[in-house]
Amino acid sequence: MGITTRSLWTLIHGMGFGALYLLACSGAIALLFLHSSPKADAHSTPGMDRVLGIYITVMSALAWLTVLSGTYVVYPWYRAAVPAGTTNLGAFPRALLLSNPATRQWHSLGMEWKEHVAWLVPIAITMAAFVAIKYARDLKHSPPLRSAVIGFVATSLFAAGIAGFFGAMLDKNAPVDGGQFIHVAQGE
Amino acid sequence: MSTDALISDTSIPEKSDSSIPNGSAAAAILSAGIGSLAVALLTIVADQSATVKSLLSIYKPTGALSGVTTFAVVFWLVAWTLLEWRWRGRYVSLKRINLMAFTLLALSLLATFPPLGDLL
Repeated sequence: MGITTRSLWTLIHGMGFGALYLLACSGAIALLFLHSSPKADAHSTPGMDRVLGIYITVMSALAWLTVLSGTYVVYPWYRAAVPAGTTNLGAFPRALLLSNPATRQWHSLGMEWKEHVAWLVPIAITMAAFVAIKYARDLKHSPPLRSAVIGFVATSLFAAGIAGFFGAMLDKNAPVDGGQFIHVAQGE
Repeated sequence: MSTDALISDTSIPEKSDSSIPNGSAAAAILSAGIGSLAVALLTIVADQSATVKSLLSIYKPTGALSGVTTFAVVFWLVAWTLLEWRWRGRYVSLKRINLMAFTLLALSLLATFPPLGDLL
């Protein structure tokens, strides 16, 4: 049993950073609502404010790691040019998808949208982290400030969901594979 | 619209909501909208001009995506720095800032959708 280096990086990008980000989004939205509930003042402590700031900062780091690993590690393998005379397109996912009318849209719609919309996520969540840290106490008392943070976190969830969905479907139709084979467990 | 127009003359309710001036928050919120729109606009421009696409390919293995995202992040950070410098320590009408930022964010989401981006 084993995995290739390209598959491993795809896993780290999508199932590691990306999926963790998506999971963390619901937690952030729940924390922000709890933080702003009418009873929040009674239970709120500076420690809880700090937890919210740290939580969203970790999400921000995950978002940056996701887009940077996707753009600069996995994407070059996905879009690699096909050498002349190549008949097996298995190692060239973009060319493989475009070679078949039934899968062409996964690239021209799916990948084209995913690769750009994903970059809205780190921008939105970095802003949310900055505001959550600098204005921790004010989030409870300023509805416009709270709306901005919750709105941008929710939008980042939507954008990350689009990127995650198309990432999974692209990998299902034309996986990024190849490179060195890493043995995980030895068969008998 | 001048950034001065967004500094609230009648911000007493918002002023009392905040323990510290909200200018830095407003700068972060609006610049996030500007950065998002920069991603979408650069994507459209790169898609429609082979010259721009080539210029934006600052890292060949990734192609134009490298330039689109790098320059969008630069625009975002420059906008954030300028707005922070302008609004730091001041009270700003956050409702108007939110309206502008969410409009920019919605436009960005729409413009990155390839069938709509191709229409522009």
